[in-house]
Amino acid sequence: MVNDYEKVKVIVDKYGGNHDSVIAILQDVQSEYHYLPEHTLRAVASQLGLPLIQVCGVATFFKAFSLKPRGEHTVTICLGTACHVRGAPAVLDEARRQLGIEPGNTTDDMRFTLETVNCLGACALGPILVVDGEYHGQMSPGKVKKVLNKFKKTPGDKRHEELEVSS
Amino acid sequence: MVELTIDGIKTHASEGSTVLETAMEMGITIPTFCYYPGLSCYGECRVCLVEVVKGDRSSLEASCTLPVEQGQVIFTNSEKVMRARKVIVELLLSSCPNSKTLQDMAANMGINKVRFKIKDRGCILCGRCVRYCKEQMGVGVLGFVGRGTSRRVATAFDLAPEECRNCGGCEWICPVCERACTAGSLIDGICGACQNLVPVETCPVCTRCSESVGPQGHRVY
Repeated sequence: MVNDYEKVKVIVDKYGGNHDSVIAILQDVQSEYHYLPEHTLRAVASQLGLPLIQVCGVATFFKAFSLKPRGEHTVTICLGTACHVRGAPAVLDEARRQLGIEPGNTTDDMRFTLETVNCLGACALGPILVVDGEYHGQMSPGKVKKVLNKFKKTPGDKRHEELEVSS
Repeated sequence: MVELTIDGIKTHASEGSTVLETAMEMGITIPTFCYYPGLSCYGECRVCLVEVVKGDRSSLEASCTLPVEQGQVIFTNSEKVMRARKVIVELLLSSCPNSKTLQDMAANMGINKVRFKIKDRGCILCGRCVRYCKEQMGVGVLGFVGRGTSRRVATAFDLAPEECRNCGGCEWICPVCERACTAGSLIDGICGACQNLVPVETCPVCTRCSESVGPQGHRVY
């Protein structure tokens, strides 16, 4: 915890402890932890001298911020009009089946988070499946497994290894 | 000082004041909900809408956050205002039918039915408690969380905060907690228990006090 407080302090100092930078600070905290743990929000609030609820308000307002732990890989499926017409619901169903979770949730082994989005602005490539910012266009239910397997095989990062050892 | 016209009456107001304050000084009643003297203006509820005429165009603005301007022409009681205000009160009622303050306001405006689907949230997100806690108590443990339909007033992580002094100010200032509507059942979102649906007499001389603006006329005092 003390360590986390210091980590947050480095990020806050980077933005000069400025109130206006709270979104940027939270973004950096999120990329550090993959989500926003409660104690880091407390640390941000106390270091910026803002009421905690104000930081919470920002963190809950934007969909980009998550207060729940997120998986190592984020799988995003576009359900915009163009992708929908080209069969995105079937792709989503397949991803749901492969991962065994509903959109917005994370697998128990903390490997994948499944999300839907309303349009990615790349309609010509639809249906699109995005894994960690990597776009996979012209997706079909058959291809989903192949793409996900590629990420399932990659060795887990340090955080994940620690989890495995402790369990 | 700037000169402006409210409801056809020329008046002077000091620069930086709002149209609502000026109208109140003139004795014109504009219904308000999220506005509270001593708290910052927020412009959330939109009940205090007024019509601002500019040339041959007019727009609706929330008077509590509208600063006075030289030569401004304002109407607080025009048909356009009343129509918009009714819709707003109906919308507020649909999300919070158990507020007596709102029910009274609806009665005064002659609203007999809420045309929207009623979904009682027990809060209209006026933010009075949020501003009271922050500005008057200097604590700021209340705030808004979430966005859109899931927006609500809450404390951080829904925990009882250490800083809270249990002053009870948030409940005192809340227009819903303060005066809860005690009607047993609501018909079309309207309680009808106090003022509504009762014919009101008209004063012998209309002073345009805007106390009651129902279709049946003013209340007699």
